[in-house]
Amino acid sequence: MKLQAVLGLSAGALALLCTTAFTLPALAANVPDGTKLAADQTFNYRVLDNINAVDPDIVEDVDTASVVEDLFEGLYNEDGKGNPVPGVAESYDVNADYTQYTFHLRDAKWSNGDPVKASDFVYSWERAVDPKTASNYSYFLGLAGVKNADDIVAGKQPITNLGVKAIDDKTLEVDLSKPVPYFVRMTAHATLFPVPQAVVEKFGQDWTKPENIVGNGAYTLAENSPGERVTLKRNKNYWDDAHTVLDTVNFLTINDENQGLTRYLAGEVDWTDAPAGQYPTLLQQHPDEAHSPAFLCTYYFDINMTASQPVEALKDVRVREAISLAIDRDVIVNNILQGGQKAAYVFTPPATAGFQSPDLDIAKMTQADRDAKAKQLMTDAGYGPDKPVSFTYIYNTSVAHQQIATVVSQMLKEKLGINMTLQDMEFATLLDKRHSRDFSVARDAWCGDYNEASTFEGLMDSTSSQNNSGYSNKDVDQWLKDASTSKDPNVQYKQIEEQVAKDIPIIPIYHYSHPFLLKTDVKGWPYDNVEQTWYAKDLYKVAQ
Amino acid sequence: MIAFILKRLAIAIPTLLVLIVFSFILMKIAPGSPFTGEKNLPPETLKNIFARYNLDKPQWQQLFEYIWNIVVHFDFGPSFKYKDRSVNDIIAQGFPVTLTYGFWAFLLASTVGIVLGAVAAVKQNSWADYLAVGVTIGAQVVPNFVLAPILVLIFTLGLHWLPGGGWNGGKPQYVVMPVIALAMTYMANIARIMRSSMLEVLSTNFIRTARAKGLPGYKVVLTHALKPALLPVVSYLGPVFVGMITGSVVVDVYFSTGGIGQAFVNSALNRDYSTILGVTILLGALTIAGNLVVDVLYAWIDPKIRY
Repeated sequence: MKLQAVLGLSAGALALLCTTAFTLPALAANVPDGTKLAADQTFNYRVLDNINAVDPDIVEDVDTASVVEDLFEGLYNEDGKGNPVPGVAESYDVNADYTQYTFHLRDAKWSNGDPVKASDFVYSWERAVDPKTASNYSYFLGLAGVKNADDIVAGKQPITNLGVKAIDDKTLEVDLSKPVPYFVRMTAHATLFPVPQAVVEKFGQDWTKPENIVGNGAYTLAENSPGERVTLKRNKNYWDDAHTVLDTVNFLTINDENQGLTRYLAGEVDWTDAPAGQYPTLLQQHPDEAHSPAFLCTYYFDINMTASQPVEALKDVRVREAISLAIDRDVIVNNILQGGQKAAYVFTPPATAGFQSPDLDIAKMTQADRDAKAKQLMTDAGYGPDKPVSFTYIYNTSVAHQQIATVVSQMLKEKLGINMTLQDMEFATLLDKRHSRDFSVARDAWCGDYNEASTFEGLMDSTSSQNNSGYSNKDVDQWLKDASTSKDPNVQYKQIEEQVAKDIPIIPIYHYSHPFLLKTDVKGWPYDNVEQTWYAKDLYKVAQ
Repeated sequence: MIAFILKRLAIAIPTLLVLIVFSFILMKIAPGSPFTGEKNLPPETLKNIFARYNLDKPQWQQLFEYIWNIVVHFDFGPSFKYKDRSVNDIIAQGFPVTLTYGFWAFLLASTVGIVLGAVAAVKQNSWADYLAVGVTIGAQVVPNFVLAPILVLIFTLGLHWLPGGGWNGGKPQYVVMPVIALAMTYMANIARIMRSSMLEVLSTNFIRTARAKGLPGYKVVLTHALKPALLPVVSYLGPVFVGMITGSVVVDVYFSTGGIGQAFVNSALNRDYSTILGVTILLGALTIAGNLVVDVLYAWIDPKIRY
């Protein structure tokens, strides 16, 4: 039996619904009637680092992904709230247990005029998992559940065995090895975009150079000067070009945040990050331009849960809980970060689509109660002034990380007599130490790959390669398995969060926000998209 | 002279080889790899990546193949970080930018520095001297990471004359501030070296003789004093020139020029092995060449020196 599904609903709700066909309006720039558009439709966006290869199958950083999302288009895009809206696909069917999806493609064209075919998706997905491509994101197809993806990456099966096939030019069938009710959401990720086979094969590694590249997105690549700028121009062959407004998009690399702000104030860029700690002032000076929407990431401490944990006391859950209780998150978000971040007591950000945060005691207590409980726990565990706990906290060099580390070490020293030694290091060194579990307590952070709780809670799986603390709990592993087939996975997600809050392999500190400045003449920005996915085709500039 | 140049070039090759081997070893000792990121990669993926970038072979073989590709194909390999670019591409893109602003900064620093220093010496203890010394001390104590924001504050935010950063194909308005920011400290150093060296020359016997012959002051300075006074400046200019055309991290970061200095630092932080080596070799070769040019110039300026 096949169901036609409705978009934009949580996995659980999705399962309860039967057939509703949809023909949503094309969601390009949604310009209200009577709006006077600016004559110059050029949008200048500031990026921190170089734009990397604009190849959908190998892109790995957020800024480059933004460029790729303008140059290419997947089966579905995200709307201003992060819900899927049709891209190249007009609609889809899914079977009852969410293991087979069939996408129906529209008449879309590549920028060279060729039609976009289902086989272009097959080629791209096979290329992404091909060991020869060696993509950092090759695991994404396995994560999305595409059949045989992990085996192909491991070289155990040929790429042609991947669970995707073109039934005809307009129909793409995807077979999954596990039920994935949120698969449609994942098709908005660059790794699942199509690439033009003929062009890739003709130019090899050079196919993404401006003179060679062919895309199916709303824009084409006009210039790529690494470390300086990437310029995009409108693609007249894009299927929804009629609704696109911005003509030119410049991604300007500015490595220094303060310099980014200066150039924003000078009118050279329309969008820039608010430099750390300056958001409150900027909000006062530019109330219409400063924004700080929720961002799907969590900042946390890893506690090494494996035998390599050098500090005996940290193997005692009471000590871990005392540390977690004694850290006053409100001081960190309100006095240090000051950018609209939210104190975190659970791992998955409450802003995650469909996620219902469990009601944890720690979140409801006053800080005074938390401190009292923390002291009691330390006494119970046999630690105190005569027998203080000492451990080293490692983090990568950055002003914000250092401020947080310093204030936490003071809180722990004053409240619990704990000696927390701070050790900062280069980012690459931190990653290495964390990965090899050569640490006691380490800074960590995670941003969701897609807007669903499993992208966070999956890290608590004992076999997850991102499980830096080395946490292992059989119940949690089982709940994670159950959640993937559950009609209401929130039941399991809640159980997992509660168990993690009990075992404390990690200490969540805060959920991110994304403080930035945007000129008031730029409209259509997706403030409510918690992954901060934005498409230039949805933006427009009004006359002022 | 020719024999001297040839000998120096012959020494350059083993020097570069030693540089490559040392950089290679240091790079491999540093913790982390080009493929460590906030997201740990599954072992299968890492295996594929290592195979793609030749990192699954023994270290000595990697080093040997790397050098072989440079010598035979002049290929510095693919960048590990910027996956659609080779190291040759990175250098070809970033070096012309750095060369442009470095060259103008060098020209500015050396001409203004030499003139300022010479005038200060010739007019010693006059207002011109005090002004020149004041300017040079001022330029010397303001480092470029302080000067750059001041320039932007004045010319971008205050007067709206110049863009606050970017390169845009090297249009003049984008080049002005990077050049000034890079040139000022060097200019001050050159002026001070020039001033003290000129003062010393002006007090020598042959200058006294020239004056005694009744030669006009400007002729004494230009035809007799200038050349010997330039000697210490020239020995300083060699490394300065190389330093300037190989870029300044501060200028690259602050003005977002896309120059090679930024690529060098980023490659080290990213553990982008091939880019680290490629840029190190470029800088090494330029330093060796720069020193050679200085030695040759020395012989031309000072007849006492013969190779």
